[in-house]
Amino acid sequence: MDSTIVILAICDGLSYAALVFLVSVGLSLIFGVLRIVNVAHGSLYAYGAYTAATLSLLVAPVSPWLTFPALLVASILVGTVVGGLMERFLLRPVYHLEEVLQLLITFAVFMIMDNLQRMIWGVQPIFAAEPVKLLPNISVLGVNYTSYQVLVLPLVAVATLFGLRYFLRYTLSGAIIMAVTEDREAATAIGIDAKRVFLVTFIIGASLAALGGALASPTTSLVPGMGTDMIVLSFAVAATAGLGQIEGAAVTALVIGLARAFIIYIQPELEVLVPYLIMMIVLLIRPMGLFGVNNVRKI
Amino acid sequence: MIQPITALARMSAAAALAATLLAFPAQAQDKPKELKIGIATFLSGPASVFGVPAKAAAEMIAEDLNKKGGIGGVPVSVSFIDEGAGGEALVSNYRRMVQDDKVDVTFAAISSGSCGQLAPLAEDLKMLNLMWDCGASSILEAKKYRYNFRSQANGTPEMLAVLAYLLKTKPDFKTIAVVNQDYAWGRESWEIFSTALKVMKPDVKVVAELFPKFGAPDFSTEISRLLALKPDVVLTTSWGGDLDTLVRQAGQRGLLQQSAFVLGIGESSMQRLGKDLPDGLIIGARGDHWFLHPEMKNDPAFKAFNEAFKAKTGSWPIYSVYHMQQAFSAYQGAVEKAMKANGGKWPSREQVIDAAEGLEFKGWGRGVSLRPEDHQGLEAQIVGVSKTAPGYDFKVLDDMMIFEPKAITTPAGQKSVDWLKTLPPDFVAKLNVQTFKHGG
Repeated sequence: MDSTIVILAICDGLSYAALVFLVSVGLSLIFGVLRIVNVAHGSLYAYGAYTAATLSLLVAPVSPWLTFPALLVASILVGTVVGGLMERFLLRPVYHLEEVLQLLITFAVFMIMDNLQRMIWGVQPIFAAEPVKLLPNISVLGVNYTSYQVLVLPLVAVATLFGLRYFLRYTLSGAIIMAVTEDREAATAIGIDAKRVFLVTFIIGASLAALGGALASPTTSLVPGMGTDMIVLSFAVAATAGLGQIEGAAVTALVIGLARAFIIYIQPELEVLVPYLIMMIVLLIRPMGLFGVNNVRKI
Repeated sequence: MIQPITALARMSAAAALAATLLAFPAQAQDKPKELKIGIATFLSGPASVFGVPAKAAAEMIAEDLNKKGGIGGVPVSVSFIDEGAGGEALVSNYRRMVQDDKVDVTFAAISSGSCGQLAPLAEDLKMLNLMWDCGASSILEAKKYRYNFRSQANGTPEMLAVLAYLLKTKPDFKTIAVVNQDYAWGRESWEIFSTALKVMKPDVKVVAELFPKFGAPDFSTEISRLLALKPDVVLTTSWGGDLDTLVRQAGQRGLLQQSAFVLGIGESSMQRLGKDLPDGLIIGARGDHWFLHPEMKNDPAFKAFNEAFKAKTGSWPIYSVYHMQQAFSAYQGAVEKAMKANGGKWPSREQVIDAAEGLEFKGWGRGVSLRPEDHQGLEAQIVGVSKTAPGYDFKVLDDMMIFEPKAITTPAGQKSVDWLKTLPPDFVAKLNVQTFKHGG
């Protein structure tokens, strides 16, 4: 493999890794705090994408540059409203249930939301590419890339990672979330409202998933079922990183994004296998994930 | 003295009568009150981009038929089952449609996978089935069916027409790449195209064979590879959201300007792509139909059909809509032909099937015929290039060629790939086709 292919594969892998990171970090954060594996997380990605496309198509005639803030507004809207309602009315009643039941219920929620999505936005592919068209192309070794792909997406992902780290480590609200993550009982005992923490965390995680969808929407056709592939992949990333590991999700998303890009150059038939092969190998060696912590059980 | 009829004689007479009746089970039947047509189509999943417009077309066509008295004077009703529900559900829904709902005919289906499952089942259930949209040539090549017909062409003439157009319009290309969805159609269509290409232009080099996952949201890496490799021609037989994404992402990065793109079955994406589809791309229509068909566009009935569809759905018809029309036309033609042969009495299913063999009917293009040997539809193929035209906010087809079916369809009794290898190198040069301009 020559250096040209390496550089091109890095450029291709970065944007893909950025989107995967945004979705999987939300999933990981939600699991870290709520200890629930939310299959409906993929719906938040899809709803973020569709809402962003709808808003973009609405504001583009006024000014195409408004499509950028429209992406952010869409993700906050979906995260707050859809995420908030989901946590309050669908997930809160099942926190005390067995994990298998939680999985089944969140899967049912996913199917319901998938059908609702079809009813709201129809089955025809939707495309709202204004944000991509506004920015110039960049040439890397004679190959054109869109600025959106090689600059905007990775920069947003990096900003999200550092923003989340700062929030969790250096703010009071973040410290409260970390306390609940560390020991829910002890946190509750000192007066922390765990229910409120769950709601806030879920909304943040949902907004991140919706942001992933919103950022993806200018680059791809929005079709029924678009959340399915992303949720499977983000599960793979979150599990490989270790559930609840934010930085781990970033590293793993990068590894998987780059591996996928490289394999398309070398052996494209293996593209679908690569993320899950990596997940399988990692979990066989370290069942808690690359950055996960082995929980010691006191007897 | 009259001898009493013995019990034995009575029994003999009854047996003779029964034998006579059983020997002619397929005689004329009473006219039904309603003709029930059961249709398998995609109402969910990615292929609903074809299935939902086809459903709308079926409802429209049925309504229109009933206004004119139905088929053979019998009103028709349509019911639908969703291919998107998956194989097991599809099979049980089909069985329910046939055995419980007692439909008179089925139109199944869009996906070749669905057809592969339902054709043998239709045969077992002795149900007349028209394969109205699925393209895999292997279904009717591998086995001879009595109850299954294909009321449209298949992948072989579709891809051969596209290749012929490419060779006629850009004969000097040296390198080609393919980007197809990684599933049966993507693989099979490339096999057909590349086999024929090797025969007709053996010096062409295939620089990349890329099969991204079905439903892939991102083709960035594939596009980067093609930008680096710079093939003269890029073929894709992708469809739906995948094709829309590929064309847009390729356009954003200049690949559509660098390589000559061939969208093998791209007609259905043209309205959605709008101005994002550049001029000059070769596009296959997947049959002898196009809403501005050069030979039909001034036909009042054709115009009325298209306008009615647009009023109902907001979009002009795409190929799945016309394939649905062909299925209705084939069934109607077969029933009416069977009635005529039956002295005007309502025919049995077996008589309809006999009438369907060799039937010639018309959809919204030139005539289609159902080959008696293997029940394969012989349908012409339209291929053209994309062009900006006043009055439309999407590109239309220009420089259209209509390829007659006999030359480009695998002969009955042969397998497509084997037949393609026997084509002479001057096969395309010998195809005489007229070129039609948009607006011409």
